[in-house]
Amino acid sequence: MKIIILGNGISGITAARFIRKLSDHEIVVISAESDYFFSRTALMYIYMGQMRFQDTQPYEPWFWEKNRIQLKRAYIQNINPTEKTVHTSEGEAIAYDKLIIATGSRSNKFGWPGQDLRHVHGLYSIQDLAAMETASKGLQRAVIVGGGLIGVEMAEMFHSRHIPVTFLVREKSFWNGVLPAEESAMVNRHLREYGIDLQLSTELEAIIDDGSGQVGSVLTKSGERIDCGFVGLTAGVSPNIAFLENSGIEMNRGILVDEFLQTNLPDIYAAGDCVEVRVPQAGRKAIEPVWYTGRIMGETLAYTVCGDPTPYDPGIWFNSAKFFDIEYQIYGQVPANMPDDLATIYWEHPQGKKSIRLVYERASRAVVGFNLMGIRFRQEVCEQWITAKTPIDQVVGDLKKANFDPEFYRRYEKEVSRIFQQSKMVAH
Amino acid sequence: MTQVDPTLSLANPQAHFTLNTGQKLNLAIATFGLLILLVAAGGYSFANPVLWLSGALIAFTVGFLGYAYATYSGLPAGIKNNGVFIRAISNKGAIAWVTGIALTAFYVLLYFFPAALGQGANGAANTGLVALFDLLSYFLKKQPASQWFVYGVLYSLGIAVMGVKFIWKYRHNRYQILRTCSVIFFQMGFAFLLPEFMQRLNEPYYDFKNMWPLDYDFFQKDQLDYVLNTGTLGGYMILFGVLMIFVISPVLTYFYGKRWYCSWVCGCGGLAETVGDPFRHLSNKSMGAWKFERLMIHSVLLFATVMTIATLYSLFHDDPRGYFVTREFFLAIVLVVMIGLLGVLWLRPAYVSGLQKSVKKAATIALAAIAVLTLGAYILGIKEVFFIPSDWLKGWYGFFIGAIFSGVIGVGFYPIFGSRVWCRFGCPMAAILGLQQKFFSRFRITTNGGQCISCGNCSTYCEMGIDVRAYAQKGQNIVRASCVGCGVCAAVCPRGVLKLENSAIDLTTRTTELRAIKIDKGGVSLEM
Repeated sequence: MKIIILGNGISGITAARFIRKLSDHEIVVISAESDYFFSRTALMYIYMGQMRFQDTQPYEPWFWEKNRIQLKRAYIQNINPTEKTVHTSEGEAIAYDKLIIATGSRSNKFGWPGQDLRHVHGLYSIQDLAAMETASKGLQRAVIVGGGLIGVEMAEMFHSRHIPVTFLVREKSFWNGVLPAEESAMVNRHLREYGIDLQLSTELEAIIDDGSGQVGSVLTKSGERIDCGFVGLTAGVSPNIAFLENSGIEMNRGILVDEFLQTNLPDIYAAGDCVEVRVPQAGRKAIEPVWYTGRIMGETLAYTVCGDPTPYDPGIWFNSAKFFDIEYQIYGQVPANMPDDLATIYWEHPQGKKSIRLVYERASRAVVGFNLMGIRFRQEVCEQWITAKTPIDQVVGDLKKANFDPEFYRRYEKEVSRIFQQSKMVAH
Repeated sequence: MTQVDPTLSLANPQAHFTLNTGQKLNLAIATFGLLILLVAAGGYSFANPVLWLSGALIAFTVGFLGYAYATYSGLPAGIKNNGVFIRAISNKGAIAWVTGIALTAFYVLLYFFPAALGQGANGAANTGLVALFDLLSYFLKKQPASQWFVYGVLYSLGIAVMGVKFIWKYRHNRYQILRTCSVIFFQMGFAFLLPEFMQRLNEPYYDFKNMWPLDYDFFQKDQLDYVLNTGTLGGYMILFGVLMIFVISPVLTYFYGKRWYCSWVCGCGGLAETVGDPFRHLSNKSMGAWKFERLMIHSVLLFATVMTIATLYSLFHDDPRGYFVTREFFLAIVLVVMIGLLGVLWLRPAYVSGLQKSVKKAATIALAAIAVLTLGAYILGIKEVFFIPSDWLKGWYGFFIGAIFSGVIGVGFYPIFGSRVWCRFGCPMAAILGLQQKFFSRFRITTNGGQCISCGNCSTYCEMGIDVRAYAQKGQNIVRASCVGCGVCAAVCPRGVLKLENSAIDLTTRTTELRAIKIDKGGVSLEM
């Protein structure tokens, strides 16, 4: 059987690796972006001079040949489900028995005037990074639009090169649709500590041409004009599926898949950022463009494709990020705005760069989520507590079991416990 | 889409990673110190050596500390590796090659042409660079300086000054701070000041933390006589040395891994962690390098073991009454150790499950050969246990391993191959501790569930060239013989995935694959 995988990101490559573990099928991975799989999450470190491009590749080139995973560099323009072929931009047709689409995302552009000018870019692909590098030469100021994780990464990248950054965030505090108010405020403070010109409650009106087809400034909705030589568009991503129009594959914002990650057409599956799950699990989103879900989808799909149909189950939500120096981890459910049925215990270090947040159900007292800033917690322990609906009192008592900080670090279980006891006294 | 490799971009990232004024100024001060030493090395005798030597050492200290201040003080505490692969000094640019060649040349002079540094031959007065250090040497031990004294001063100062820089860089990380204080303490106290003071008190020169097989001539007859001839203290020193090898070191390694030595105590490790820190990322992470490493380091260990057994055997042969033990007792020790190791290899498969068949075979042959040859030599009554004079073995070992490998290549090539070339490919001590760490230790680096994003910071900044990411992305614990436990992988991980731990749980299954992330029909789960 010949399996073609479109996209050599974490989803496609994980699928390929596990298909090889499970079977002897012929595997072809097609990518327009790069010869070899690299970690997209590490692009920022190349720009910052912390790593080289080859250091972001988790497998040495011999790995693919040894495991008989064929890598092909081509851009697939369309697919023909009836003939079971995919077609490259060079006109080549390649036949498949099963097809896995793992083409990832594209940076969002919301129709801003000037969004296609030179030196206006998102940060998703290696080509985006190259464009950033080119634009950085002699750059006096960069403007970043959109308050999410990629925006902070971009800010850190420019900061590493001593390029002044203005960061336009539509919300009144950074990423406050995801982070609770205190954590969000912590990131605001930290960005400003690094000299980032963070402009909250500020929206982009237009990107203005400098007269040569290149960005010269931006205009905000409040009428302020900011001169800049680069605009970073980091207002989220959407599934990269434009090439599938008219293919017969059913799509909404993403490729619609069932619980086995299968599309409406036989022998065509999808995994990763480009997927929109028809019936997401409770509390989960239909599209989750996250490294971890991409990896889980890739592995799950490998079982299904190899004849052992396995439903996609993302497990308990977890994610992580780093805002300049502040690491962030989340396990389970931590809403930005606490609903009435949930209560929270929040401890923050006096210096304001570390915090621990525990979320539990008021009625059952079962713990449902953990939010960590500048402190590391063990995923296994948090998951077990959440799965077992462990009472918050027990979690607070055993909190040191969850700590994953390096040896000799100061521990803060006592402070958390004190805050918890105080909250109980107030409640009674 | 067009294919663009950002590393080949037309833009010039170097322009963004230039030195600031403070950094330039302080490097100039340090260079001034270096110039003084160069002028002295050129044969010039300073009229006031105290003034000029102080000037040189102070210029070094102030220059590099000032450089650290100018580098880190303006920024909040956090990981500071910006521009590491852009700057010429840390990315094998021209200045890196110049530095590497200069360091190598210094080692060649130090080991093979000390007269060129001003070392007086046959009791003649020192000149040049060595003479510049005479007064300091008189002050410490009432003797004129030697080239080794000069080396010791510069080595210790390097660890101290660059150690402070390292602490500054990792000031948010208490593991790194304590570890670096420890290497500075052991270098300054145990390797440098204590032995020098003991010589002043007419006690033998002895570095308590330098143990066999790193201290490869520990059991050499002249060395034993030298230490023992000074009386009771000397006897205790030998006893301590033997205890270190057979008791203290294995126990500490069992509880904490080899890091207790390699990145907390050892002088070579201390230099690598401080002076070598700017070059740690240059270690080769390929599978090929790992294969080469295993071949090299275990060959050196075998060589050191054979040499030591030969030395001791001929020692007891010449003087059958022995030192602490008799010839028969020594023979018994060799046989018990070799048979014991063979027993573990073949009868306790759980401990050696990670071992390849070919490696097991080679180890068996080596262990059996040593046992048979030693026993054979005893029965036949011949002095040369391996049919080669032990002096000859020692001579070649000292030349190739002691001088060329650990000094010239090990440190001289810092800016080209990274800071742990010697520790990784050549150190027999690291080899022994590594075997203990792999098979009889609680130490491991644990992976935090499925949080790895395969970014590769851990592998990139591993000075031992371990592909940490390969394990972390599978959710597997990292149990590698070569890991010196510096903790930098855990520090640079942007997702909090790695942690150095000593745990007694699952001692025999700690190398099992795919422990953490499990996907099956029951969904995704994490195994404890």
